[in-house]
Amino acid sequence: MDLTHAPADEEFRAEARAWLAAHVPRAPLPSLETAEGFAAHRAWEAELAADRWSVVSWPEEYGGRGAGLLRWLVFEEEYWAAGAPGRVGQNGISLLAPTLFDHGTAEQRARVLPPMATGEVVWAQAWSEPEAGSDLAALTSRAVRAAGGWLLSGRKTWSSRAAFADRAFGLFRSEPGAPRPHQGLTYLMFDLRAPGVTVRPIGRLDGRPAFAELFLDEVFVPDEDVIGEPGQGWRIAMSTAGNERGLTLRSPGRFLASAARLRELWRAAGRPREARGRVADALVGARAYQLFTYAAACRFLQGASLGPESSLNKVFWSEYDLALHETALDLLGAGGESADTDWAEGYVFALAGPIYAGTNEIQRDIVAERLLGLPKGRR
Amino acid sequence: MRFLLDTEQRAFADSLRAMLAAADTPAVVRRWSHGEHARGRALWQRVADAGVFALAVPEEYGGLGPHPVELAVAFVELGRCAVPGPLVETVAAAVLLGEGAPARRFLPGLAAGGTLATVAAPGGYALDGDAARLHLASTTEGLMLSPGPGPVRSSLDPARRLTPLTPGGELLVPDPPWARALAWARLATAAQALGVGLALLDRTVAYVRQRTQFGVPVGSFQAVKHRLADAVIALEFARPLVFGAALSLRPADVAAAKLKACEAAYTTARTALQLHGAIGYTAEYDLSLWLTKARALRTAWGTPEECREAVLGDADDG
Ligand SMILES: Cc1cc2nc3c(=O)[nH]c(=O)nc-3n(C[C@H](O)[C@H](O)[C@H](O)COP(=O)(O)OP(=O)(O)OC[C@H]3O[C@@H](n4cnc5c(N)ncnc54)[C@H](O)[C@@H]3O)c2cc1C
Repeated sequence: MDLTHAPADEEFRAEARAWLAAHVPRAPLPSLETAEGFAAHRAWEAELAADRWSVVSWPEEYGGRGAGLLRWLVFEEEYWAAGAPGRVGQNGISLLAPTLFDHGTAEQRARVLPPMATGEVVWAQAWSEPEAGSDLAALTSRAVRAAGGWLLSGRKTWSSRAAFADRAFGLFRSEPGAPRPHQGLTYLMFDLRAPGVTVRPIGRLDGRPAFAELFLDEVFVPDEDVIGEPGQGWRIAMSTAGNERGLTLRSPGRFLASAARLRELWRAAGRPREARGRVADALVGARAYQLFTYAAACRFLQGASLGPESSLNKVFWSEYDLALHETALDLLGAGGESADTDWAEGYVFALAGPIYAGTNEIQRDIVAERLLGLPKGRR
Repeated sequence: MRFLLDTEQRAFADSLRAMLAAADTPAVVRRWSHGEHARGRALWQRVADAGVFALAVPEEYGGLGPHPVELAVAFVELGRCAVPGPLVETVAAAVLLGEGAPARRFLPGLAAGGTLATVAAPGGYALDGDAARLHLASTTEGLMLSPGPGPVRSSLDPARRLTPLTPGGELLVPDPPWARALAWARLATAAQALGVGLALLDRTVAYVRQRTQFGVPVGSFQAVKHRLADAVIALEFARPLVFGAALSLRPADVAAAKLKACEAAYTTARTALQLHGAIGYTAEYDLSLWLTKARALRTAWGTPEECREAVLGDADDG
């Protein structure tokens, strides 16, 4: 049992730290849920990519550094400790890219990944529909066969960043008569500016257009934008969902940095006694999450699959993130109401954590049934 | 980086678990609660023979240690089987006796299992003083060899017999390594609590699968599932803190591990009691042996608030 990094990984850490110290913008970028902020974040992605820091875990041919999982965790610790901006390309990088590595063709990888790495093409996830949230398999948007491709029709919703993004990936029903709802779904990529697509931005709680509704009316998608076999979309999408909840969506580095900032905030507020316990719990929680993730990464590197563990992970980080931000706003006192602080932006974002990436109720069901072996009940 | 137990460590855990599971610990615990120590002492000897106390004792004094990771592995199993006795206190005593003459005099007996030790902090009680042979009191003068225990007071956990120590006696170590002993004691308590929590979870999962109401197993109800999911989340995030603390032994790390592991065990105890219904509330049902221990460990060797203080205190220097 050992928690020390290999010397080469520490060299990698030092290199990342030096680069970040020289490049991280001094003033925080505007919120990425605004047109101006989105553009600024896109430019930051390009700057990261110019020195191959935007997708360190990818193979070099697509703009990465071939960094393994442990080195990726090291990078993330440095990235967030340096106070670097949130990642506008995250949906593509942590959801679509792993899917393409596992299920895409060489042609798709060569075409899709490099512009994703540079922020030139930002991706949105188009899974949910108005009548298909937790029960995602109830989705009704259709993909109908056409010459050389498919025609997409229907309505997708809650699509993060779609208000400003370029392309989207999602599931469509291609065999309407299939015996079970999980069958006959096809996983496709499409252009958000293609003819037949209407994007209606939706304001989240603070009014910023953090997600959007997509109306699709016979949108043509060529065959080369189908991921995997037509009809196999559910299986492919579920391997992506594992990534979303599991190791890569919320890196421990982010929470370690937030907990350290919270401690600073508490000190600056004169170390109020009543917040003491919550600040200590935030430090402990970040450490627990870091060590849990290292243990999971080590198991994964030994060939274990992550399975229902990623549901443990999802419930933990989403509740942790919210508690941390609530503590920060309470420490700010009446100033906590001001929406212009990083903490307020983080708080609004954290409020959604228990809802997206599979609600925490659904994750607890998965933990209870698949990890603890409890009987399935009526849903 | 290889933050996983290796094959040998896992084999050690498995063999301890098998040995303890075969020992009918509930019966041992019940006798211990009544001050009948014979079976408990026999079990203690087997635990010592497996090398558990030797992990906290340096080789030159008859031990195998120090091996905090293996010690944590062992204490998870001791907690899982609710083994009674001054287990943590014996580890703390081994560290407090340090080096030189007192170490030569007592540590071989601690490592080999002949000596059960207990320790009282200033103003506090010692655990199981009536069963222990070596009674150590930490006072302003230093570490004293107390003449013996006072009368037994009952604990919320009937298996923990609280005994004040008689003042006076021989001064053993003028300047004992108290901070180091506290770190080892907190680590061992955290691991023990994790084991207690894991046992409570396992028993409760088994119970809700077989207990039926409304014609179905109660474990198929979502409210029941979600409480158990929260328990396993708390325990599985405490586990890496315990082993991370064993690797570093930093005061902030062991305090964090103690805090989280004891909270997780206590949350699980509350859930276990609730999901067992009235049967869980009875002394005769074995679940009670773990339920009461989860509560007692929460404040032993550092309350939650003291542990939070240590987490912040260390952070203040860093
Ligand atoms: C900020 C944000 C960003 C998002 N981004 C995206 C995105 O980029 N792409 C995308 O496709 N989707 C996205 N979503 C949508 C998200 O995936 C869904 O909101 C989520 O799956 C829940 O679906 P729902 O909102 O329809 O809630 P519902 O499924 O209607 O659930 C309502 C409530 O009922 C509970 N519930 C439902 N079924 C059960 C059950 N069986 N047992 C117990 N409780 C149950 C839920 O847990 C929830 O509390 C986003 C959502 C948010 C808030």
